[in-house]
Formats: sequence, C-alpha cells, structure tokens
Amino acid sequence: MILDSKCPSGPLADKWDNHRRDLKLVNPANKRKYTIIVVGTGLAGGSVAATLAELGYNVEAFCYQDSPRRGHSIAAQGGINAAKNYQNDGDSIFRLFHDTIKGGDFRAREANVYRLAQISNNIIDQCVAQGVPFARDYAGYLENRSFGGAQVSRTFFARGQTGQQLLLGAYQAFSRQVQAGKIRVHPRTEMLDLVVVDGEAKGITVRDMVSGEIRCHAADAVVLASGGYVNVYNLSTNAMGSSVTAAWRAHKKGAFFANPCYTQIHPTCIPVSGDHQSKLTLMSESLRNDGRIWVPKNKGDRRPAHQIPEDERDYYLERKYPSFGNLAPRDIASRAAKQACDAGLGVGSGRGVYLDFADAIERLGEDAIRARYGNLFDMYQRITGEDAYRQPMRIYPALHYAMGGLWVDYNLQSNLPGLFVLGEANFSDHGANRLGASALMQGLADGYFIAPYTIADYLARTEPGKISSKGDEFRDSAAQVEGLTNKLLAVNGRKTVNQFHRELGHIMWEDVGMARSEDSLKAAVEKISALREEFWNNVRVPGSGADLNQELEKAGRMADYLEFGELLARDALNRDESCGGHFRVEHQTEDGEAVRDDDSFSYVAAWEYGGDGQTPQLHKEPLTFENIELAVRSYK
Amino acid sequence: MNLTLHVWRQQGPDDKGRLERYQAKDVSPDMSFLEMLDEVNEELVQEGREPIVFDHDCREGICGTCSQVINGQPHGPQAETTVCQLHMRQFKDGDEIYIEPWRARAFPVIKDLIVDRTAMDRIVEAGGYVSVSTGGVPDANAILIPKADADAAMDAAECIGCGACVAACPNGSAMLFVSAKVGQLAKLPQGRPEAARRVCSMTETMLDEGFGNCSNHYECEAACPKGISVKFIAMLNREYLKAMPKLKGKKEA
Ligand SMILES: Cc1cc2nc3c(=O)[nH]c(=O)nc-3n(C[C@H](O)[C@H](O)[C@H](O)COP(=O)(O)OP(=O)(O)OC[C@H]3O[C@@H](n4cnc5c(N)ncnc54)[C@H](O)[C@@H]3O)c2cc1C
Ligand code: SF4
Ligand code: FES
Repeated sequence: MILDSKCPSGPLADKWDNHRRDLKLVNPANKRKYTIIVVGTGLAGGSVAATLAELGYNVEAFCYQDSPRRGHSIAAQGGINAAKNYQNDGDSIFRLFHDTIKGGDFRAREANVYRLAQISNNIIDQCVAQGVPFARDYAGYLENRSFGGAQVSRTFFARGQTGQQLLLGAYQAFSRQVQAGKIRVHPRTEMLDLVVVDGEAKGITVRDMVSGEIRCHAADAVVLASGGYVNVYNLSTNAMGSSVTAAWRAHKKGAFFANPCYTQIHPTCIPVSGDHQSKLTLMSESLRNDGRIWVPKNKGDRRPAHQIPEDERDYYLERKYPSFGNLAPRDIASRAAKQACDAGLGVGSGRGVYLDFADAIERLGEDAIRARYGNLFDMYQRITGEDAYRQPMRIYPALHYAMGGLWVDYNLQSNLPGLFVLGEANFSDHGANRLGASALMQGLADGYFIAPYTIADYLARTEPGKISSKGDEFRDSAAQVEGLTNKLLAVNGRKTVNQFHRELGHIMWEDVGMARSEDSLKAAVEKISALREEFWNNVRVPGSGADLNQELEKAGRMADYLEFGELLARDALNRDESCGGHFRVEHQTEDGEAVRDDDSFSYVAAWEYGGDGQTPQLHKEPLTFENIELAVRSYK
Repeated sequence: MNLTLHVWRQQGPDDKGRLERYQAKDVSPDMSFLEMLDEVNEELVQEGREPIVFDHDCREGICGTCSQVINGQPHGPQAETTVCQLHMRQFKDGDEIYIEPWRARAFPVIKDLIVDRTAMDRIVEAGGYVSVSTGGVPDANAILIPKADADAAMDAAECIGCGACVAACPNGSAMLFVSAKVGQLAKLPQGRPEAARRVCSMTETMLDEGFGNCSNHYECEAACPKGISVKFIAMLNREYLKAMPKLKGKKEA
C-alpha cells in the first residue's frame, strides 16, 4: 500500500494556514460532550491535555509515574530551538526548516518540518507567558546558545534544566485544568492495550500499578504521547520506565510502525562503568559549545590527559569537520568517537574520548564555565568521582532518542482513525537523525499547536459518547491483557527480567548499533527470536498480578522489546543504504561518511503487524523534496 | 565492599511494616545506590522472594521520583544529591545502612519504600500556575525580566517535587516545596497578577492535605537535593502577609 501523508497542496509557507482554514471545528457548546484519552504527560501529552481541556473537551490523562510532572521530558538539559532570530545572526523559519531537513539526512517530510519551524516561535512565547524562567541577559532579553548542526544561535534554555522547566510549565497548565474539573489524572497507571472499534481507536485497557486491577476506558479519540523506545537497547539515556509498550500494543492493534531503525546515539554520555550499569547519563550537547573533543594520537598512550602535549592530541572533529568542528551533528560525532576507540585510541576503559574545557576555562574563567554548566559538572563528579574543572570529562556515545515511531499523517493521525500520536512516540519530523534541541520543540508544537486543531477535525465527524467501555471489544481486550499477565507469572523460570534485558541490549548494541551490516542484522533477527523463545520458557516473575509488582511491569515491557527489537532489525536490514543515525557499513565513502541511496530509499518505511511470529508487511510513503535540493550532507 | 542493609518492608497501607536485614555483597564504589539495590533485588528474585519495591525513574536526579531515607537522612548523606545520584563510594566496607520510606502524615506508605505523594500535585492544582491558556500571548521578548529576577525565579524553579523537605521536617510541612513555586512565580511579572490568590490557596491546601506548618527548623533546606533556600519561605510569608488584606477585602465585597 502507498501511504497518503495528507500533506496539503500549495506553497510550503502557506500549507499550514490553508489547512487550518479547511479543518472542521467543533462548536463550543459541543466540546464538553467529547472525551479524549491522553496517554503520557511528558511535554507532548501534558501540553495537548492542557490545551484540549482549555478548549472545553474532557480529558482522561494517564502516566505510569506517581505524578504527571515526572515524564522523561523533565530530563532534557540543553534547550529548545526556535527561529526567532533574536540574535540577528541570519536565522529564519526557512533556515530552521532547512537545517532540520538536512540534519535528518533528507528522510523527513518537508511540509511537517516547515510547519514545525513556523510554530517554533509561538512555543517560546507561550512558555514565557507561563512563567518558564529562560535565561536572560542583563537588559532582560532572552539569551540563546548554539547546538549541533546549526551555524546560528537559536537555542533557548533554562540553565541545564530546559526540559524540566518546559515540562513544569505544561504540568502547571495541566494542573489548572485538573482543578477546573476538565482533566482527570490517572497516575501509576500503565496502558497495556489499545481498543479498536469498527476500525477506529476508541479506548484503552490499563493496569492500575498499585492494585493490579485491569480496567478499560472508552473515549471519542485516543492520543498516544508515550515517548521513545530506545530502552530496547537496555542501556540508554531514557528513564527506567520509558518503554515501547504503549506504541507496540497499538501497533499490534493495527497502527503502522514507521522507520524503527532510525535511532539516535548521542555522542556525549558518561561511559559505562561496569556490569551493574542500569542507565547512562547524558552530558548535554551544549557542552560542545565550549568543550573540545580529542583523543591521544598514539595508540595505548595511558598518560593522564594533562601530560599529553598539544601536538600529540588529535582534535578529530575539528580536524575532519573544520566548519562545524565540535558542533558536528550527533550521528557524525558519535561515529567519529567509535572510530577513534575502535582504532585503539580510546581513553579510560578504552571506550571513551575526552571532552576538554581547559581552553574555555583559560579564555573565560572557571566562574563563567560554572555559571553555564555547573550542574552538569556536579552531576559528572557525583557519577564518576572526577572533577571536570581540573581534568577533561570522559565521554562515549549512548542510545538516546528514537526518530522512528508510530506512523502519522500530516494531522498526526495514525492509519487508525481516532488515534493521534505525538512527541517522540511518532516518527514525524526528524528523518534519520534529530538535531539537538528539536525534540522539545516538536513535542510542544504537536501538543499545544497542532493536535488541538486536527483532533477537532476528526471529532467533528464523529458522534460524541457513542462508545461504552462495556462493549465486546473492551471485554476481549481486558481478557487479553489479563491473559498476558497470568502467562508471565506462570513461566516461573530461572532468569530475571533484567538478565534478559541485558542480553537483548547486548545483541542490539553489537549487531544493530552504530555500524550495521547485512550479516549483523540477519544474525540479530535470529538471536532476538531465540532469546524471545527462551524468555517465555525461562523468565522468573515473582509475586502476583493483584499487587504492586515492579518485576511484572518490567516483564511486560520486556516481552514487547523482544518483539519490537526484531522489527527494528528487520527495518535496518530492509534499508540498504546509510542515512543519519542508520549506518550500514556497506554504504560509506572512503573516509567513512554515510552514503544515501535516494533512488531506492527516499521513502518512509511503515510496517504493518503481521500477527504472532509472522513477518510484518512493509508499506511505503514516498518522500518528495520540492523546496530543498537533495544533497550530500556535508559538515566539512 | 560488603554491606548490611536494614530495609523497611511493608506489604501495604494496612500492614504494620518492619525492618528486614539483607546482605549486599561485592558492591562496587562506581555503583549508584539504586544499582546496589538492583543487585540485591536480582538475588531475591532468583531465590523466588519478592524484591524490595522503591520509586525511581530518571536516575539522573531530575524527575523527583526516587525517595528513600538513608540512615535517617532523606536522600542520604551527600549534600544536594538525590538517592539515584548517590554513589557507593560514599560508603565503606562493613557499613550498616538503614533504608526507609519518606515518613509524613500526608504521605501514606503504599508498599515497602513507596509512598503516595499525590497531595503535592493537589497543592499545585490549587494555584501553582499562571492562568494563561494556549495562544494569544505576546512575543517572548515583549516581557523584559531583569536578569537577577530571572535567576532568582530559576533558583526556586529547580525544585523537583520529591518531598524530601516534607520527610525531613519535624512537622511534616511542605512549606519549602510550596514556597519554591510561590517564589518562582512571584519573582516574575507574569506571575504577579495572581500572586495573592496563589499564595493563599496553595498554603491552605497544604494544611488541608495534612502537611504541618513551618516552625523554622530548616531541616528542609538541609535535605533538599536541589539546594532550595529557606529564603523562599521568608518570601512566601511576606507574600502571604501582603495578600491577607487584599483577599479579605475581596471576600467581604
Ligand atoms: C537525557 C535527555 C536529554 C534530552 N535533552 C534534550 C534537549 O536538550 N533538547 C531537546 O529538544 N530534546 C532533548 N531530549 C529529547 C526530549 O527530551 C524527548 O524526546 C521529549 O521530551 C519526549 O517527550 P514526550 O512527551 O514525547 O515523551 P516523555 O516525556 O518521555 O513522556 C512519556 C509519557 O508517557 C507516559 N507513558 C509511557 N508509556 C506509558 C504507558 N504504557 N502507559 C501509561 N503512560 C505511559 C509516561 O508516563 C510519560 O508521562 C533529551 C532526552 C533525554 C533522554
Ligand atoms: S523543595 Fe527540595 S526537597 Fe522539597 S520537593 Fe522541592 S526539591 Fe524536593
Ligand atoms: S530517579 Fe529521578 S530524581 Fe531520582
């Protein structure tokens, strides 16, 4: 099937305005008759729930944490992009659009990305009005910093806690609507199934994580804003509870999964310290504004950093990419770090490179560096016991972000009518590689400014409150969820969920990681399927389903990773080109740069669930570029 | 290193609960405190016993989910550090470690180390926001904010809503938490129009939810992983005093 993105026609700059003019509206008096389920209260879910409730709809909001204030958006450090051009350095909506398409290695939809760039400016206005304390200069104006993949300063930030401040802004708007009785919050509640009635998404089945009760909720539309899936790699910068479960269960009910192989590996994370490692910590990309990345020129040089003279250091990003230097995009910086370590030049355990602030401290003084990055330096010290003011940080790439996600059209609606997917959970705007500070922008664009319009258009065509959670589809869904819980508890094998997760993570990192090949991917498909079989025969989940049971929660997510991981590998196998974060060793230039194949792969790969143990079916959405010239991405 | 843990186990809200003893063996100094507990749990699961449940999510000190009292101190011994960021190099071989949940009237225990903190959300719902809806706002640079005010607002805004301040307070007060939000928004021009209403309704909701009042012990500041200063409590008090006549007048009118 060729998928229709429903992108409006007409000139790029007018598409969204024209489209909004054509979208249907719900009459103010009727809005309160509609109920919308929102799964997730991160930036995307929090902002859409608040906005829908302000408009008058009833919202049922779900999150697995104990409070809607804790979605993993809170962990974003560096900042949020907008095309304000406050610095008068040549930025514009077109330039942000251009940078994002190019950064994504020409694998995103032009119309979506242009809309994102347009809306970016409204987001900053909205957040300031809410009281988000962005950094200011002495005259009281907003400050900006630079991020990877851009030559302008367009990133707004609140110290090293931009995600936290934006999320608290959304959470506060959300809380105001809880108080107004328009949002009902369901914390500590995990969505475990999507309920589809006559081909349309009309509800969800959840597990109350305290009592263990399985419940169904019906609504007129369902919004998934459940975040990204890179914990399929076990170690990542995501939260421990971040998972693919909500998206995967929707996929199994018919929603197409797009480009799962587009995963982002972030170049600046604290290296793994041992087998006990449970997650990896990001050191914000903003550090690359002032830190210089290097490795020793000589293999096996074990001298402490300060004893290695300047001419025996290789500042490899500055050398290879003189115009972007340390601010080269993430995929490029990550691959370069891996190459250096593979060549035996790594520092620390051998899986690390230096991020050095000595020059910046000399130029600007320690206080200035402390003011910019103090909290990051403190965090680094707590984790490693090392003082980055005195010696360079050691960093290494780690899994960070999912560009892939559920397929959505221009309206952010999946192929299942009534199912809208927002934020990191959808695949929409970042192509094969996301630029720094663009995820916060996308989550809030989706939630505050896009979905509230497009959901109305869907609702205007449906009769409110038609579906009840007593119907057959709901009963079947609850029975299925209950069945899965019992099945997990019944295995009673010998290995813990964490052991399986580590094993899967190892397969994913080695075979589906930064350097993928036909052989490694074929091997991965085999290994994952074998591990899945072992899981269902040998996992041990103690306790009962009718209680707070964290092992059971993890086991359910693990079961999904073991299915999803295989799809990710299959997608990577299908995409026989290199682009952005997806690097196939078969397709590279002599100096190791990615080589795209636009003739064969300029499409979105959207997978349809094939049924238990069946191969999934591929659908394509062709990508066309009318406003930007397809070019070899160069940051030299 | 090897450690002896005494961990609070409580099946549910109605169970009395007790401390149970566990051995943590071969603990690496590079582990985080929660990774140490993960390893203990792995063993428990393998033995077919129920693992210790505790709240956690981001494991990087920002989501405010983790919440354990370690040797009597909320978030443990290291200053300005959440449990998830506490690393085992802070401990030494042979140490005995007591691990308990947040204890406060407003935070009933759900199970083991997990408590119910939804009362803090209800305080925010009572007014911890600027009442602006999406859309129709001015350009971001139309509102000038002196750097000192923006910085002070940010100092307060860093609160992660963990509740350690409550657990540390002899009165079980959430005053530091409330003052952080009141203080942030009071410092900003966008927050001024509703300042009086906000400080009153948040404080009153705090008391209604079973949190105690503040009697200046300052234990909260010492326990706070984000270094939120008690000067915001002083600021809250000033805001409250300023608000009283205004709101009274309004009620009578
Ligand atoms: C450490 C880190 C730093 C980052 N820094 C930046 C940055 O500086 N700039 C930038 O632009 N981007 C950054 N990002 C990326 C960005 O933060 C995320 O992509 C974005 O915040 C995701 O928002 P979201 O709303 O889609 O999902 P999330 O914030 O992850 O929220 C997901 C929500 O879904 C809920 N949920 C998930 N599954 C279920 C389920 N089954 N049932 C019920 N609820 C469920 C969760 O409870 C949560 O509320 C960073 C990411 C990380 C990890
Ligand atoms: S004030 Fe400090 S201790 Fe209290 S909730 Fe906020 S961060 Fe936690
Ligand atoms: S787990 Fe998020 S702050 Fe500790």
